[in-house]
Amino acid sequence: METRTEEVSRKTKILQALEDQNASVSFDDPLENDMVLNMGPQHPATHGVLRLLIRLDGETVIGCVPEVGYLHRGYEKLAENCTYHEFIPHTDRLDYLSPMNNNTAYALAVEKLLGIEAPPRAQYIRVLISELARISSHLMFLGSLAMDVGALTVWMWSFREREKEYDIFENIAGARFTTSYTRIGGLAQDVTPETLAMVKKFIDEFPANLEECEQLLNKNRIFVGRTDGIGVISRAQAIDLGLTGPGLRACGVKHDLRRANPYLVYNDLDFDIPAYEGGDALARYYVRMDEMKESTKIVQQVLAKMPVGDVHAFKPKKVLPRKERVYTKMEELIHDFMLVNLGVEPPVGEIYNAVEAPKGELGFYIYSHGEGYPWRLKIRSPSFVNLQSLPTMMMGGMVSDVVAIIGSLDPVMGEADK
Amino acid sequence: MGLEHALGDSILTTKLDAAINWCRKNSLWPMPMGISCCAIEMMAFAGPRFDVSRFGSEVFRFSPRQSDVMIVAGTTTYKMAKVVRKIYDQMPDPKWVIAMGVCTSSGGMYRTYSVVQGIDQFLPVDLYVAGCPPRPDNLINALMKLRGMVQKGESRGGSPNYVGNIKMDKPQPLPVVAG
Amino acid sequence: MNNLVVERLKARFGESKIEPSEFRGELALIVPKESIVEVCRFLKEDDELKFDLLADLCGIDMYTPVKRFGVIYNLYSLKNKHRIRLKTFVEEEDPTLPTVTSIWGTANWHERETFDMFGIVFEGHPDLRRVYMPEEFEYFPLRKDFPLMGIPGSIPLPKK
Repeated sequence: METRTEEVSRKTKILQALEDQNASVSFDDPLENDMVLNMGPQHPATHGVLRLLIRLDGETVIGCVPEVGYLHRGYEKLAENCTYHEFIPHTDRLDYLSPMNNNTAYALAVEKLLGIEAPPRAQYIRVLISELARISSHLMFLGSLAMDVGALTVWMWSFREREKEYDIFENIAGARFTTSYTRIGGLAQDVTPETLAMVKKFIDEFPANLEECEQLLNKNRIFVGRTDGIGVISRAQAIDLGLTGPGLRACGVKHDLRRANPYLVYNDLDFDIPAYEGGDALARYYVRMDEMKESTKIVQQVLAKMPVGDVHAFKPKKVLPRKERVYTKMEELIHDFMLVNLGVEPPVGEIYNAVEAPKGELGFYIYSHGEGYPWRLKIRSPSFVNLQSLPTMMMGGMVSDVVAIIGSLDPVMGEADK
Repeated sequence: MGLEHALGDSILTTKLDAAINWCRKNSLWPMPMGISCCAIEMMAFAGPRFDVSRFGSEVFRFSPRQSDVMIVAGTTTYKMAKVVRKIYDQMPDPKWVIAMGVCTSSGGMYRTYSVVQGIDQFLPVDLYVAGCPPRPDNLINALMKLRGMVQKGESRGGSPNYVGNIKMDKPQPLPVVAG
Repeated sequence: MNNLVVERLKARFGESKIEPSEFRGELALIVPKESIVEVCRFLKEDDELKFDLLADLCGIDMYTPVKRFGVIYNLYSLKNKHRIRLKTFVEEEDPTLPTVTSIWGTANWHERETFDMFGIVFEGHPDLRRVYMPEEFEYFPLRKDFPLMGIPGSIPLPKK
């Protein structure tokens, strides 16, 4: 039993020890400092593995640094170790929302290097699949932008349309996406009349289905409020930052590679290039919706004008021969063996070929030393360059607009990270 | 005979574990770690045609704290591996991992300097789904096999306290391969 | 159009600095590294030529003892709808080059990528750091002496 005085002195000593502790802590007023927010690589709305470091003053964005490279798979080094044919499946996985378009772009680049051209029927089919891929990519944009802003129904409807397109691709090439359908000098196989009938049915019903989605969004106060005047970029800034595709056309520049430097048979087809002033997220949305309608027009013209003929060019030492001749004739067997093992042998030189992908200008720069595999293959991916304009668009806006801006820019990280 | 006979038709008797596992298997909430092309097939798997919410996965929780299954879909690079491991560590027990596609199973078609040759180098994987990308039907097949595993109470990862856990130091049975 | 570009450049900079060549209808010019910035600025600001879009900037490893690394600029003119290519070469011991970020803002990330993949340092670049590989990575992947499968242990992996 301790006495009262001992108890008092013990307490006082403990309290004394607490007061003697070195408790000097200093902090600045948190209301006066900026906050750094990390929208990490794993995030529901960053369209893949994009990391954003945003500096905030309250809710206003005062600085932003995007970090890419979380999906860098080493395509360019792989290309130096593959023959030209072996690289075709890798081009599917670049912009994995429209793989048919990438296949066409790569085949065109290698054909330019070799100096050969695909036959007319192959060119018309390539236009058909490129435009279907463009519709597929823009439908995904529509679904994700609407979902990011809050309208989940539109995402479900756009996926319903994409499933119909997947059925068509499966009929054409055998796979839902990642098709690897084009070959150097033509296509893998011809398109059957049943598939063309499926395409016709899809295209006839598509404008009505698109109209349904538009009715939900175009005059919706919430959607317009969240995208109008958000993420503005001026025309001069867009050209300086290298923005191409729908982002550039939404700033008022009527630039489209299908009209400026026509390739395939776009010269014979009748379509417009939509361009809107404003440079904000709503303008980019309108540009892509109009592009889908123009693509419908192109597909209808292609279906009407499709010529009959072969889908492989006849250039024995450069184009893979057809299988039935490989199994029966001697020269084709030798050519097939040489082409598969050693690769097509282009002349020494370099080319740069660009096409209009759904996201912008997709370019392939090939430097060849005369061997079966390229010495250097550079992929100019539109998403990589478009992402550079993200800080300019976000400056001064609010943190809740970041998601709408990324959605309207529509980057694909498989392409941006190569 | 016995207790069931005395109770009649409207009362079921079962073990508590089996009942809890039945609840778990019918409400698996996936955490989609959607990295590249397989993520598009995972979105189609959640879409209107191959509806996954009819199996109980109504919400795709992007928060690891509120999910059971992590579906890793897409090529994992070394730079991304740290992030995936961190998210996996944040998930509460019991947890399962589905490695979707060939890129996560074994590196896929990318034998390069920056791609991890299979996520089982840093994560314990329960199911491997083959395909590049696997069709959504294939992923539903994997989900069915996973439901079987959940009912039995097996998990390759998770804490040692979880009932029926396969201990990491004993020789492992082969993981389930779907597709 | 190609001839017009070569004429204007030769008139402005003299015969010795520009070496034109043509392949499949595309013009490529080899420019020495000291005058690359002036040539680019002239090509962008000239009223008739007006190459205002830098489509692509990449590096290339020629693997020769002299002039090992090259940098390739692919330019596009929105007004004339025309493309040309500029090439510069640098040595292996001193892979430095002046930056063109002041002329085209898009060159920022392209030059970072070239630095990341080849190790070519751009003088005057506002923010030269790696873009694809992690910050601590010590090698330059696209050089010809770096193996495709990488060097084991060069990037750490989390423990199981």
